[in-house]
Amino acid sequence: MTDEEEVLIEVNNLSKIFGENPNQAVSLLNEGYTKNEIHEKTGQTVGLYDINFKVKKGEIFVLMGLSGSGKSTLLRCINRLIPPTYGEVYIEGEDIAKMDMEQLRKIRREKLSMVFQNFALLPHRTVLDNVAYGLEVYGVEKEERYKASREAIETVGLKGYEESRITQLSGGMQQRVGLARALATDPHFLLMDEAFSALDPLIRSEMQDELLALQEQVHKTIIFVTHDLDEALKIGDRIALMKDGQIVQVGTAEEILTNPANQYVSQFIAGVDKSKVLTAESVMMTPEPVVSINSGPSVALQLMREHGISSIFVVNKHKGLEGVVTVEDAAEARRNKKNLEDVIIREYPTTTKDTQLKDIIPMIAESSYPVAVVDDNNKLHGVLVRGGILGAIAMEEEEQ
Amino acid sequence: MSPLLPKVPLGNYVENAVNWIDATFGFILDGISAILSFLLDLFLDILLFLPHWLFIVLFIVAAYFLTGRNWHIAAIGGIGFFVLDNLQLWSLGMQTIALVISSAVIALIIGIPVGILSSKNDGFKSAIKPLLDLMQTMPPFVYLIPAVIFFGLGNVPGLIATIVFAMPPGIRLTDLGIRQVPTELVEVADAFGSTPMQKLFKVQLPVALQTIMTGINQVIMLSLSMVVIAAMIGARGLGYQVLIGIQRVDIGLGFEAGLGIVIIAIILDRLTQGLTPE
Ligand SMILES: Nc1ncnc2c1ncn2[C@@H]1O[C@H](COP(=O)(O)OP(=O)(O)OP(=O)(O)O)[C@@H](O)[C@H]1O
Ligand SMILES: [Mg+2]
Repeated sequence: MTDEEEVLIEVNNLSKIFGENPNQAVSLLNEGYTKNEIHEKTGQTVGLYDINFKVKKGEIFVLMGLSGSGKSTLLRCINRLIPPTYGEVYIEGEDIAKMDMEQLRKIRREKLSMVFQNFALLPHRTVLDNVAYGLEVYGVEKEERYKASREAIETVGLKGYEESRITQLSGGMQQRVGLARALATDPHFLLMDEAFSALDPLIRSEMQDELLALQEQVHKTIIFVTHDLDEALKIGDRIALMKDGQIVQVGTAEEILTNPANQYVSQFIAGVDKSKVLTAESVMMTPEPVVSINSGPSVALQLMREHGISSIFVVNKHKGLEGVVTVEDAAEARRNKKNLEDVIIREYPTTTKDTQLKDIIPMIAESSYPVAVVDDNNKLHGVLVRGGILGAIAMEEEEQ
Repeated sequence: MSPLLPKVPLGNYVENAVNWIDATFGFILDGISAILSFLLDLFLDILLFLPHWLFIVLFIVAAYFLTGRNWHIAAIGGIGFFVLDNLQLWSLGMQTIALVISSAVIALIIGIPVGILSSKNDGFKSAIKPLLDLMQTMPPFVYLIPAVIFFGLGNVPGLIATIVFAMPPGIRLTDLGIRQVPTELVEVADAFGSTPMQKLFKVQLPVALQTIMTGINQVIMLSLSMVVIAAMIGARGLGYQVLIGIQRVDIGLGFEAGLGIVIIAIILDRLTQGLTPE
């Protein structure tokens, strides 16, 4: 297991029932009653039911779902703002559900920070004192906590606003303060509940970019709640899709889009602009055939004829990509008794596996050859042809 | 007309009960009485210690800076006290101020913690609710009787009756203010690991401050509205003067003293409003 794969949060069989008699609600759940039926029957609300997932170190894990699906409840069970009814929530190996108040405060002060939907800044405090709040309750000396807070304020790009009043700031700036407050304690985890949902679309997108850039710097483990699929796809390393208090599917954006677990997920993702999410890897074709640079033009022509293609990639003996040869050039080489090397075209478009389709489509449109998908060592992993990509997108659309 | 059943001797019962309380707890009541009248006199001595002109100057300066440089309030205070001095109501006015501020402060010392408790505990809130309703609907004269019974005549029973009468808005608005603190802000306090005390003092009370200040203002105003009534059981000051004016049908005397009360009301009202942060 590499460092990146280290599991830092593990949630096991977590359920949350809002009501007096959770056992009754759970047994009804086990009998197959739905959340709504249970609410009608008993007046109790199933907030979460049998949630299981793991969050790895350094990832942005997104909880996504419609309103009322239980995202906020789940997020709050992780720092126990809402105590779970059943189940375990391991934070770096310790079950937060079983801690006493003292331990709970300690882990909240040291490891878990939170960013709120409506910013939740203290109106009677300056920006600096808002950011310093976490360190202040921790008992850190004024000088030291202001130093750390100023750094956090600079990190989120608000240098110069330390002494400003909260009410003087725009929404975007207020949420930067919220983010700085969460960062100031140098926590291991950031819990973000619809952190950007209250912002204008433009500012929101800007904040998403900045969060991603920031994450490159700070490498926190982030759990991010959103009801916005585009946001989830953009910032989530992995996404958990929730419905009625349960997780329907967990996976990368691509896994969810290319392989929806059920009808509900398919419906949920219908209408997503696939080209923004699908990557070269998911639509490339295996590089068959290729021709060795040591073969003659006749072999190349033969292969092209067999596969009905008009150009072929040429590789060396380490499978490294050398270039591309067209059928006309190959025929001419055979006529003039030349080698493939003499007619090989070395100026051709390449891309990598995780390039997004939206960036590849223009490349294909401009090029007269297929686009080669290569790795850092220029090894050929796949090819992208125009028809193939359109086909892949069309197929995705049809499946829904 | 005679009643359907023989009259229940309720009056006798109450009298007996009061006598018993007096006999059993008399020493406590006397102790309370002694402490309160000592504090009240001390406060009054402090107020009367300074020459009038110096008092006015200090008030103007203090009001100006405490209210965030609001010259309006400083000016109203300055003029108000000047008029009191001119009407030769200074020492009576100070007696009234001492009584009003003391009862308001005591009402708040009790009321704010009770309000905090009630905001944290629904059971406690519903337990004190009928009591608060009763305290607010009862005519203020009613408080005079037990006050006199337990504390005799003078400033102290006046103070006590005023405290009881003025306390409810202090409790209610503290409770309301804390309950109105947005959930997200309370969550902030918890999420960053605050202790209950840190949560209360760093988040809930500061955020609720405006509402609590409204409560403080109301407590002071209610205290002031009691001065004439409290004078009926011997509380000194402008209220007593008004009472004398009424008894002697001395319109001039009554009017001047009444004006003094109004001036003090305006000053205290503006001052507490000015102290409220935006
Ligand atoms: N304190 C509570 N008491 C009773 N029911 C609750 C409570 N908090 C949440 N719920 C219920 O639990 C369910 C999940 O709520 P939650 O707030 O987690 O949803 P959400 O996915 O965050 O939705 P939104 O997008 O609207 O924020 C809802 O049905 C909600 O009504
Ligand atoms: Mg929510």
